[in-house]
Amino acid sequence: MKKRTWFHMGILIVTIGLTAAFAAISTLTPAVASSPLPQTATPEQTATPELPPDAPTLTLMSHDSFNISEAVLREFELANQVRVQLLPSGDAGTALNQAILSKNNPLADVFFGVDNTFLSRALRADIFEPYDSPVLAEIRDELKLDVQNRLLPVDYGDVCLNYDKEWFAKKGIAPPRNLESLIEPTYKGLTVVENPATSSPGLAFLLTTIGHFGEDKYLDYWRALRDNDVLVVDGWEEAYWGQFSAASDGNRPIVVSYASSPPAEVYFAEQPLEEAPTAAVTADGSCFRQVEFVGILKGTAHRALAEKLVDYMLSRRFQEDIPLNMFMFPANVNAILPEVFVKFAQIPEQPAVVSPEAIEANRERWIEEWMEVVLR
Amino acid sequence: MTRHQLIVGALYAVPLIFLALFFFYPLLAILIISFAPEGVPDLRALYKLVSSGYYLRTLGFTVWQAALSTLLTVVLALPGAYIFARYRFRGKWLLQALTTIPFVLPTVVVANAFTALLGPQGRLNLILMALLGRSEPVIDLQHTIWIILAAHVFYNYAVVLRIVSSFWSNLSPRVEEAARMLGARPLAVWWHVTLPLLMPALAASGLLVFIFCFTSFGVILILGGPRFATLEVEIYRQTVNYFNLPVAAALSLIQIVFTFGLMWLYTQLQRRSSVPLEMRAVAQTQRRPASWRARILVGVNVLAMITGLLLPLLALVERSFTLGGNLTLRYYAELFVNRRDSLLYVPPIQAVLNSLSFAVVTMFLALTLGTLGAAMLARTTRSKSGQKLQSLLDPLLMLPLGTSAVTLGFGFIVALDKPPLNLRASPLLMPLAHTLVAFPFVVRSLLPALRGIKPSLREAAIVLGATPWRVWREVVLPITGRALLVGAVFAFTISMGEFGATALIARPQLPTLPVAIFRFLGQPGLLNYGQALAMSTLLMLVCTVGMLAIERFRVGGVGEF
Repeated sequence: MKKRTWFHMGILIVTIGLTAAFAAISTLTPAVASSPLPQTATPEQTATPELPPDAPTLTLMSHDSFNISEAVLREFELANQVRVQLLPSGDAGTALNQAILSKNNPLADVFFGVDNTFLSRALRADIFEPYDSPVLAEIRDELKLDVQNRLLPVDYGDVCLNYDKEWFAKKGIAPPRNLESLIEPTYKGLTVVENPATSSPGLAFLLTTIGHFGEDKYLDYWRALRDNDVLVVDGWEEAYWGQFSAASDGNRPIVVSYASSPPAEVYFAEQPLEEAPTAAVTADGSCFRQVEFVGILKGTAHRALAEKLVDYMLSRRFQEDIPLNMFMFPANVNAILPEVFVKFAQIPEQPAVVSPEAIEANRERWIEEWMEVVLR
Repeated sequence: MTRHQLIVGALYAVPLIFLALFFFYPLLAILIISFAPEGVPDLRALYKLVSSGYYLRTLGFTVWQAALSTLLTVVLALPGAYIFARYRFRGKWLLQALTTIPFVLPTVVVANAFTALLGPQGRLNLILMALLGRSEPVIDLQHTIWIILAAHVFYNYAVVLRIVSSFWSNLSPRVEEAARMLGARPLAVWWHVTLPLLMPALAASGLLVFIFCFTSFGVILILGGPRFATLEVEIYRQTVNYFNLPVAAALSLIQIVFTFGLMWLYTQLQRRSSVPLEMRAVAQTQRRPASWRARILVGVNVLAMITGLLLPLLALVERSFTLGGNLTLRYYAELFVNRRDSLLYVPPIQAVLNSLSFAVVTMFLALTLGTLGAAMLARTTRSKSGQKLQSLLDPLLMLPLGTSAVTLGFGFIVALDKPPLNLRASPLLMPLAHTLVAFPFVVRSLLPALRGIKPSLREAAIVLGATPWRVWREVVLPITGRALLVGAVFAFTISMGEFGATALIARPQLPTLPVAIFRFLGQPGLLNYGQALAMSTLLMLVCTVGMLAIERFRVGGVGEF
């Protein structure tokens, strides 16, 4: 191409960029201030012709993994004549810290995504208002961890070992049955886990070993695991996409992931699959159950609407939409699981148990001790 | 004071006001909350740090790996900068853009490209195993210091390449020619003439690379593995995991003090080494590689850049078409489908537009603030107090780059919460945060060129009756245009790659390309991974086009010189 043509292309691209910038800025700013301007930039806003321009805005702060169907949220908005603004705020820990730091001038009305490993921190920071939702009657009792109902359970998922079925079939080795399998010589150099100091499934797996072996024995287990050449990486992404043989170029056929990962493998397969390429180890005491909670933030100006949103999040409509969007299990007993979950997900009957209070009280010490033993 | 002085003074104040509002104020707010949560200062955390060997070792490692990474990057990029500065060759424009692409890629994605090439089952090992007839991987770089260094060079090569080559290409080759004519050997010419002349640009780019590696986070965590920790990694752990704000704040303070000290030292050295230079238009300094020696030199360098920087990128692109075994466009097609009617689905065009908007806004903010900042620092003052002020201001302008993104991100949350600065959930916060990281780049890129302008040139223009603005437009701007474009390219790419604090601040529904990539990486399934790769390819493409557009920008003599 000639110089002049390039010059014109440059001008064109810069112009497009600038136009886009201004278009974006002018549509974005009102989106935050909930202005009555008709907004065409994002698809979900075009789908709300019925919502009056002066409808109040309810802000739902969450971690980055929060996801739900457009139609489901829209139903709530229309039924209650309210605009719901989502505010994804980083990973679970970061989002909660932001909510705590903005306690005196809250960023949102409702917060979703405190899990049982952060529950005590959230409650101690005193940022949530109690709410005895009528829908709590439909929620599994064993998930209710706050008697004052400042945090209400929405969903749960089990952090479990996953393994590459094909790898074990090819080698003629039996897949791991439980935590003890991993320290047998047959499984030397096969496992990749996440660092509990930087990763939430990593912490969950550390808690599994504490719950299963007890506080006096779990470090012995980790010593044996280290001697059996366990690989520690910083987070789930690197473990799964970087090291797990079923999903990457890596050579580790056992990974710490979720009980819902096998159905996700089927659901997000490139070609339709008859069976999942991976499976979860769900023997008693080999998983840790993460429960995610929702709560109304203190200082909200929309208490009534916030209650409505919490009710809705616990109701069947919302709950049945959770599995395929967040790959977690609904907390509502009446919610029906999608087919891919029924067919391919295993739910562990007896996950390892560590109370939220114990986690908050010992988290730092446990992680430091773990680092001392495993990383030296 | 004349009207002109007043206007100039007001202009110089703009970058300082920006820093005060969006850097020092949030930083101070979070430090105060951290150290004095109940209103009473509690400095036990600081004491604990000083008395604990662990944190001292962490500081030691942080400095050591950053210094080594910087040295390697500078040494490896220097030959590349030479051929870019002195030769014209086919495809140079494209190569220049492509070498900057690593800068925007998420670490998880780069880590996977590295694994595909260098991992235990990677191409290199497979070739070596076949050659040596071994059944075990020959090299294992995983979780070693080597892979950290390699990644830092990979990410930062372009910083040195661009800043040094843009400066070098305007340096007159006459001084070197004179030295050679007087009988100096090539090595002596290089050591005694070229290197000292290049020092300002080398130091400026080296400094940027050092600070980047000093606050390195993703590379250390993902490629280095859990045994390595920089201060930044430790700050993240303390804040997010333990919510131990006092320790995190103390560590951030150490980072800041160290950056400031380093910058101050640099400014002192800089003052001595900076001399007005003989600047020439590129047309006079560059030629085609005519001799065989020149051709080999250019060829070897181009080949090195292609293997070192472009192969990992190509590996990513290739996988976005071949993941799962077959050649497929499925992952690209799937980007346009919202299968689950998901609220968080981002049409790829929307992600591109969001990213571009933030990047363009960031670029203009960074260029404006950076130019004013650099002009302020480059002013020739004879008064002692003026010089003192400059040597204080220079480090201040660089501080945002050396400050923990975690800390600053939380600072935004506590500080920017009241009108008129109620920006916590505003989309404006994003380009503002990007600008904090981007404008030090503009300053560092511009300063060597600005300081190199001979005062006699300006004086001549003034004698001839030019107004101060006209001097800027017709003398300064053309000479510094190339450096300005380099700054613009980095501001653009920094924003496209989502650096720093933005990963940690609340973001309303304006997903950018990197955000979309992370969403795909968050769930299992080949389709998710494939889409993450496809989105990454799209990110690279948009970036390349954007950079080419910026570099072809020719208005008012900018870039022609």
